[in-house]
Amino acid sequence: MNIFSAFLEYSAVGIAAGGIYALIALGIVVIFKSSRTFNFAMGEMMMLSAYFFYTAAVTFSFGIFFGVVVAMIGSIAVALLIERLALRPMMGRPFIAIVMVTFGIGSIIRGIVGMIWGPNDLQIPAILARTPVMIGDIFIPGKTARAFAIAVVMVAALIAFLRYSRAGIALRAAAADQITAYSMGIDVRRVIAFTWIIAAITGCISGILMANVNTLTPHLGLVALNVLSVVILGGMNSIGGVLVAGFIIGWLESVTGWVLGTEFREITPYILVLLLLLVRPTGLFGTKEIERI
Amino acid sequence: MLRVDDIQLAFGGLKALSGVSVHAETGKITAVIGPNGAGKTSLFNVVSGFYKPQHGRVTLDGEDISGLKPHQRAYRGMSRTFQNIALFHGMSVLDNIKLGAHTKLTSGVLSAGFRLGLTRREESELSREIQRDIVGLLELDHVQHHPVEDLAYGLQKRVELARALVMKPKILLLDEPVAGMNREEKREMSRFVVDVRKNWNTTVLLIEHDMSMVMGISDHIVVLSFGKPIASGTPDQVRADPNVIKAYLGTGDELVLTQDETAGAQG
Amino acid sequence: MSTAVQPTLAKTSAPTLGRSILWICLLVAVLAALPLVAPRYWVYFAGILGINIIATHGLNIMTGYTGLLSLGHAAFVGVGAYTVALVQLHLGLPFYLAIPLAGVAAAVIGIGFGLPSLRIRGLYLVIATLAAQFILNFVFVHWQSVTKGDVGLTVQPATVFGYPLNNETRVYYLILFCVVVATWFAVNVIRSRVGRAFIAIRERDLTAEVLGVQIVWYKLVAFALGSFYAGVAGGLLAYFNQFVNPEQFGLLLSVFFLSAVIVGGMGSTLGAILGAVFMTLLPEFLREGALAVGNTFGFDIASILVPLREAVFGLLMVAFLILEPRGLAQLWKRARLKFSRSGQGA
Repeated sequence: MNIFSAFLEYSAVGIAAGGIYALIALGIVVIFKSSRTFNFAMGEMMMLSAYFFYTAAVTFSFGIFFGVVVAMIGSIAVALLIERLALRPMMGRPFIAIVMVTFGIGSIIRGIVGMIWGPNDLQIPAILARTPVMIGDIFIPGKTARAFAIAVVMVAALIAFLRYSRAGIALRAAAADQITAYSMGIDVRRVIAFTWIIAAITGCISGILMANVNTLTPHLGLVALNVLSVVILGGMNSIGGVLVAGFIIGWLESVTGWVLGTEFREITPYILVLLLLLVRPTGLFGTKEIERI
Repeated sequence: MLRVDDIQLAFGGLKALSGVSVHAETGKITAVIGPNGAGKTSLFNVVSGFYKPQHGRVTLDGEDISGLKPHQRAYRGMSRTFQNIALFHGMSVLDNIKLGAHTKLTSGVLSAGFRLGLTRREESELSREIQRDIVGLLELDHVQHHPVEDLAYGLQKRVELARALVMKPKILLLDEPVAGMNREEKREMSRFVVDVRKNWNTTVLLIEHDMSMVMGISDHIVVLSFGKPIASGTPDQVRADPNVIKAYLGTGDELVLTQDETAGAQG
Repeated sequence: MSTAVQPTLAKTSAPTLGRSILWICLLVAVLAALPLVAPRYWVYFAGILGINIIATHGLNIMTGYTGLLSLGHAAFVGVGAYTVALVQLHLGLPFYLAIPLAGVAAAVIGIGFGLPSLRIRGLYLVIATLAAQFILNFVFVHWQSVTKGDVGLTVQPATVFGYPLNNETRVYYLILFCVVVATWFAVNVIRSRVGRAFIAIRERDLTAEVLGVQIVWYKLVAFALGSFYAGVAGGLLAYFNQFVNPEQFGLLLSVFFLSAVIVGGMGSTLGAILGAVFMTLLPEFLREGALAVGNTFGFDIASILVPLREAVFGLLMVAFLILEPRGLAQLWKRARLKFSRSGQGA
């Protein structure tokens, strides 16, 4: 195994992981585009979904399929609850206040998960086959490869949905100009609720995938903070951008982990964030906004 | 005092200002009027330094300030009020006014934190000056310690004017100072503006829709329509100008233009 | 005078400074006498409370007054603590140099993380401070050669003219002194030109700019000042516990301080104190409550204490933001008003 193959392998694994990052980041961007709210609780929502899955599939022995269904329903319910009880009363309030609310909600979820399910790692049933995937000489762990495939399919479906379905178009209209959207008969509040449902779905899928690829721990939520770098690199209001950025960040994380050692993996996204803020905060595809007085 | 020369301002494909020039003479009240969308607030934003025009120059008291940032223009003696009231909530009336004097004070964080002599002197002098010159003039004695968000609309407008005045500006930009006021409040506000000009020889540049106020107190008027200047001169000249009447046709203001009303204080 | 109808305004007059000073002197005297009458545990608790108050003042200046949200305040407290430990270890500096240095170190590092974001949208600063929280924690844990990682560093007692502050009571007096100075400084800054600029930036930064406030500079000052307070708090903590390790400065502590600012009332110096008191007392009540529940239903509560705190801190943040954004300070004001009115009406 020479350096080049090792490099390819780490790259492949990184890109595969990046697929999941892109999925999580999509959940954040979709909400941000429609309501200018940065959901700092995304990671915790994702983690909660994975715990719902575990409880349904393992604790109650519903099996994998119904486990996913229950997790999905639970995630959507929680997301709608958050939107209705915490975020709607905050409409019109200053931006940082709303951010603080989502951050607080993240803390609440982290705490509740810790209280109910305890601090220990849990094993969830293997959804993804473990047989490794070989591309030529390159060895990609089976779970990662399959997770990547699922993530990519979901992302593609989501992008198609936003582009072509009526709901998706309404969402983009509301994201572009809320007032005009209202006057065209689009109920912006429902659109916003809908973006939270989308975020719940992406969070649920990526949460279950993540828990499969790694293990289920109360720290799973903090993974989503890695995704901050993805969101910034892609540009906070660009769905396509976030997709590309996910792969780049996943790749960078894997390769730096290889070069500098595994403990640096967890810190790479944050250093990236700072570099981006220094150099190009709008990211690759984000748009600079002109402020009119 | 303030010269705006040949400003061209465009946002993407939209031309907001085409070749606008205004000269606000020292100690005089100059008004910029025009139908909605004429570019008046854009002009103010260029003068304040928020928009960078593609072409043109802004000169204050002989100095070309086109490259200066907004806060630097404040240090040169430029002050402004806003169309929709821009008072700082969470501060009292007095604190809002004191903020207007930010450029006149010099104390930094250490002097302020340890309440050193410099800060103590500056703050007490400022308080005295405000009581002497501003609070009485604008009749704000009874509300000076109130939080601004509790005040009635007309009073808030007056506080904003007070805040703009406390730096004894060389040039005062007033963006629709009487919008939303009733007749009596408008008369009062007009009187305040004229008093300010009289007491401190402040140059005033004013945007306003209320024709009787504009006609009553202005020394010079510039008329904009769709970003282009279409007339300028004394109130009587502008009133009679057919281009102006045409621009306002249908807006209801043309009646005011042709009326022989001398409402509002005479300077 | 305008005859336009105005809403009737409550009578307000200039806040009387003299009476307040009297009350404050009384309070300080009572606090100074505390160790003489109270059990040791109370003194320990009061010491921690004092440290929390100083840190909360810092976050309040940044976030409450100037509107710069920081999710990494605990990490800067940690910078202060490690600075004290390290300058003592390697340079042998006395506490009256080490503590200000701790503040400066935290301010400098804070600026390092925050500067790129101060020119652009507030959201980026929030993310930068979160990055700071994790990166600094990483450094505390992994820069073994300097910080000894998870093992941590021991701190020798501070000495005042050779008199060692080697128990809680002695350090408590140092903390009390620092709290008084820190509060006085904060109050002074707020009622000065600098403080007005801070609030103006939070409320309407463009308007503030037009009136001459240089936004980026004042944001920098606010962030540096807030981080300085954090560093000082951290330095005092190092002398108080005589021990520094990474575990003390995690995300949960940042959430703690943010909750304190919100619960107390953002943009109120009294609020910062009330919030710190409330939040410092809270874990005690939570523990007692959880113990009671645990005993009644017969389960061990040890493992849920930390997540319970996380959940409750978050809940308080959210609840106060939605229902009473002006926090305990506002409730206090209302209570005082009612009290004085009922006294008059009687």
